[in-house]
Amino acid sequence: MTTSGSDVTVEDVVRRVVAGHRGQRGALLPVLHAVQAELGHVPQEAIPVLADALNLSRADVHGVVTFYHDFRREPAGRTTVRICRAEACQALGAEDLVGYAREAGLTLGETTADGSVSVEQVFCLGNCALGPSVEANGRLYGRVGPAQLGSLLNGTVSS
Amino acid sequence: MNNSSHSAATVYVPRDSAARSVGADEVAKALQRAATHGDFAIDVVRNGSRGMLWLEPMVEVVTPQGRVGYGPVAPSDVEGLLAAGMLDGADHPLRLGIVDELPWLARQTRVTFARVGVTDPLSTRDYLEHGGLVGLRAALERAPADVVTEVTESGLRGRGGAGFPAGIKWKTVLDCADELKFVCCNADEGDSGTFADRMVMEGDPFLLIEGMTIAAQAVGASEGYLYIRSEYPDAVATMRAAIDIAREHGWLGKGILGSTLDFDLHVRVGAGAYICGEETSMLESLEGKRGTVRAKPPIPAIEGLFGRPTVVNNVLTLATVPVVLADGAQAYQELGVERSRGTQVFQLGGNIAHGGIVETAFGVTLRELVEDYGGGTFSGRPVRTVQVGGPLGAYLPTSMFDLPMDYEAFAAAGAMVGHGGIVVFDDTVDMAAQARFAMEFCAEESCGKCTPCRVGSVRGVEVIDKIVAGQHRDENLALLEDLCDLMTDGSLCAMGGLTPMPVRSALAHFPDDFLGGRRLLEIQPVQATGPRTEGTA
Repeated sequence: MTTSGSDVTVEDVVRRVVAGHRGQRGALLPVLHAVQAELGHVPQEAIPVLADALNLSRADVHGVVTFYHDFRREPAGRTTVRICRAEACQALGAEDLVGYAREAGLTLGETTADGSVSVEQVFCLGNCALGPSVEANGRLYGRVGPAQLGSLLNGTVSS
Repeated sequence: MNNSSHSAATVYVPRDSAARSVGADEVAKALQRAATHGDFAIDVVRNGSRGMLWLEPMVEVVTPQGRVGYGPVAPSDVEGLLAAGMLDGADHPLRLGIVDELPWLARQTRVTFARVGVTDPLSTRDYLEHGGLVGLRAALERAPADVVTEVTESGLRGRGGAGFPAGIKWKTVLDCADELKFVCCNADEGDSGTFADRMVMEGDPFLLIEGMTIAAQAVGASEGYLYIRSEYPDAVATMRAAIDIAREHGWLGKGILGSTLDFDLHVRVGAGAYICGEETSMLESLEGKRGTVRAKPPIPAIEGLFGRPTVVNNVLTLATVPVVLADGAQAYQELGVERSRGTQVFQLGGNIAHGGIVETAFGVTLRELVEDYGGGTFSGRPVRTVQVGGPLGAYLPTSMFDLPMDYEAFAAAGAMVGHGGIVVFDDTVDMAAQARFAMEFCAEESCGKCTPCRVGSVRGVEVIDKIVAGQHRDENLALLEDLCDLMTDGSLCAMGGLTPMPVRSALAHFPDDFLGGRRLLEIQPVQATGPRTEGTA
C-alpha cells in the first residue's frame, strides 16, 4: 500500500520514524505517536515492520497499539470532535451534547460514511471549571452548548 | 518579546488552555491588531492563568498602581476597552480592580502557584526575577542526604492523591547503590475536576524542571522523564520548549549551574489511558508497553523504570520542592493542620459559579471552598453534592461541608482529598446515574490485569441497573455491598480499589435516588435545549 499522493510506503515511513527514535529508551509509544502523526492512523501493515525494527514480537506491538485509546486502526474523519464525558462536564450537561450528536446521526467512536467527521468521547480535557468541554481538531473549547457543538461538527468553527 | 518602546503599555493575556478555550487567542490578536494599526502602543505578553477561570479571558494591564484586571473579555470588547482607557487602568464595566488585591486571590496562600499567571512562562528573566532557581542553588550546595532530610522535615506529602511522604520515598531511592536512577514525574492528570498540574506546566514550566532537578540531586539520578497525558497538547508544547531553553542556559544537562550534577529530562506523551496515572502502569507505559499495573512489592523506589530505583512523584509534589528548599522546611511545615502540612492546590470545577485554583493551607473546609470561593453553582440551583478527589473519590452531601480538607479527616469520613479536585453538582444530579458511571468508567479504563476490577466493574453496572429497575432490590443491594468489598480488598491498584468509594458514598448519602424514576418526576429542566443548527453530518 502507498500513502496518498506519493510512492512512500508504510514500511518506509515506519522505518524512518524508528530510525529517528534510535537511542530512546522504550521508544514504542513515541514511535507510534510519530507514525500516527504522519499516516493519520496506525495501519495493520505497520505492525510487523515495527516489530522487526524494534526487535519486539508482533503480539507485543499489537498489544500496545490496541491498549491505548489514542492509536487509531483506521483514518479519522476530516474533522475530529471529542466530547468530554467526565464528571465535571457531566455536571454541566455533557450528556446533552452527546444526545445532540446522537440526534444528528453521529455515533460516538465512529466516523461518518463520507469521512467528514469523527465523534469520540474523552474523559477529561482538564478544562473542568469551564465545561462542558469539547475538543475539535486539537483545539479546546469551553462552555460549549449544542449550537456551538453543531458548528464544530459542521467544520464551521465559532468561538 | 517586549520592550519595543518604553512608552508601550504591557498587557497580559493568558496562554493557559482554559483561557484559550474561551477565546484568549482572539483577544490577544485583537490587541495586537490595535497595536499594529498604530493607535495604541501595546506589548502583549502571554502569561499563565491566575486561576480565576470564570473571569477568563482575563486581561491585565500594568499601571503604576499595579496590574489592573479586566474580564471576562470577548474579542469584540477590545476596541471599547482601549477607547475607555484600559491601558491607563481606566474604569469600565469589565474592570475588576488591582488583581493582587482581589479578595478571591488575596485570601489564598500561593506557594506552589506563586508565579503562575504572574510571569511569562517561557521567560528565564521573569523566572529569575521572581525567585526561580533559589531552591535548586540551595540544593546543589548541600549533600544529597541533607536535601532529602529537608524535604522529609517539611512534611511534604505526595500531591497525586495517595499522600505518601515525599522525603521517605526519596530516601529509599538515595539508599539504593545503583549507578543509574531515574526521576519520573507523573503528569497523567486524568481525574476529572483536576487541572492544577496542567496549569503549572503551562504557566510555570521551569518550576517543574527545577523540582525534578532537585529530586535528581537528592537521590543521585541522571535521567528524568515527564509523562504528560496526550489530552494536554499545550502542556506538552510548553514543557518541551522550556526544557530546550533550560538546556541552553545550563539548567539541565552536564554540570548544572556549574555544579557536578548531570541531569537531563525528556517529555513522554501518554496515549489516552486513564490507568497510566497509576505509577506502576505509567512506568510500564514509559517502557513502551501496555499500561498494565505491576504488583507491589517491589516498590518503584527500589525497582522502578527499567528495573532501576526511581522517584515517581506528581507534578504538584515536584513543583513544591523548590519552595521547600528555598524557604526551608520550617516555613512550609508551619502551614497546614495535623499531619497534612503545607498548602494544597484545590481545584474547583463542575457546576460552579467561580471555578478555578484555590491554593491554601490544609484545614480549609469544603463549605469555604464551595460557597465562599466558589459562589455556589453555575446554574444558580442549590448545590446537592460535591465529588472530591476525582472519579474515585466520594460524593459528599452538603451536610458534610464543614469537613476540614485534611488527609486523615477525609479518610475518617470515608472520603479522600486525592489531588484536591472538587466537582460540584446541583440538585438535578441523579446519584444512581453517578454511581453507575463510576462502575462504567472503571470498566472502560481498567487495565484488565486483575479480576476484581476488570469483571467487578462490569457486574457493578449490571447490579446498579437492577437496583434502579427494582429487581430484587434488597438482594441486589446486598450483592453490590459484597462486590464493593471484594473490589476494595482484592484489586491490585487504586482503580478497582477505590471505584467503590463514589458508589458507596452515593448509596449512603442519597439512597432515595436508587429507588428509580424519582428524580425524573421532581426535577425541572435546567434550561431549554439550544437551537439546532442544520446539516450536522
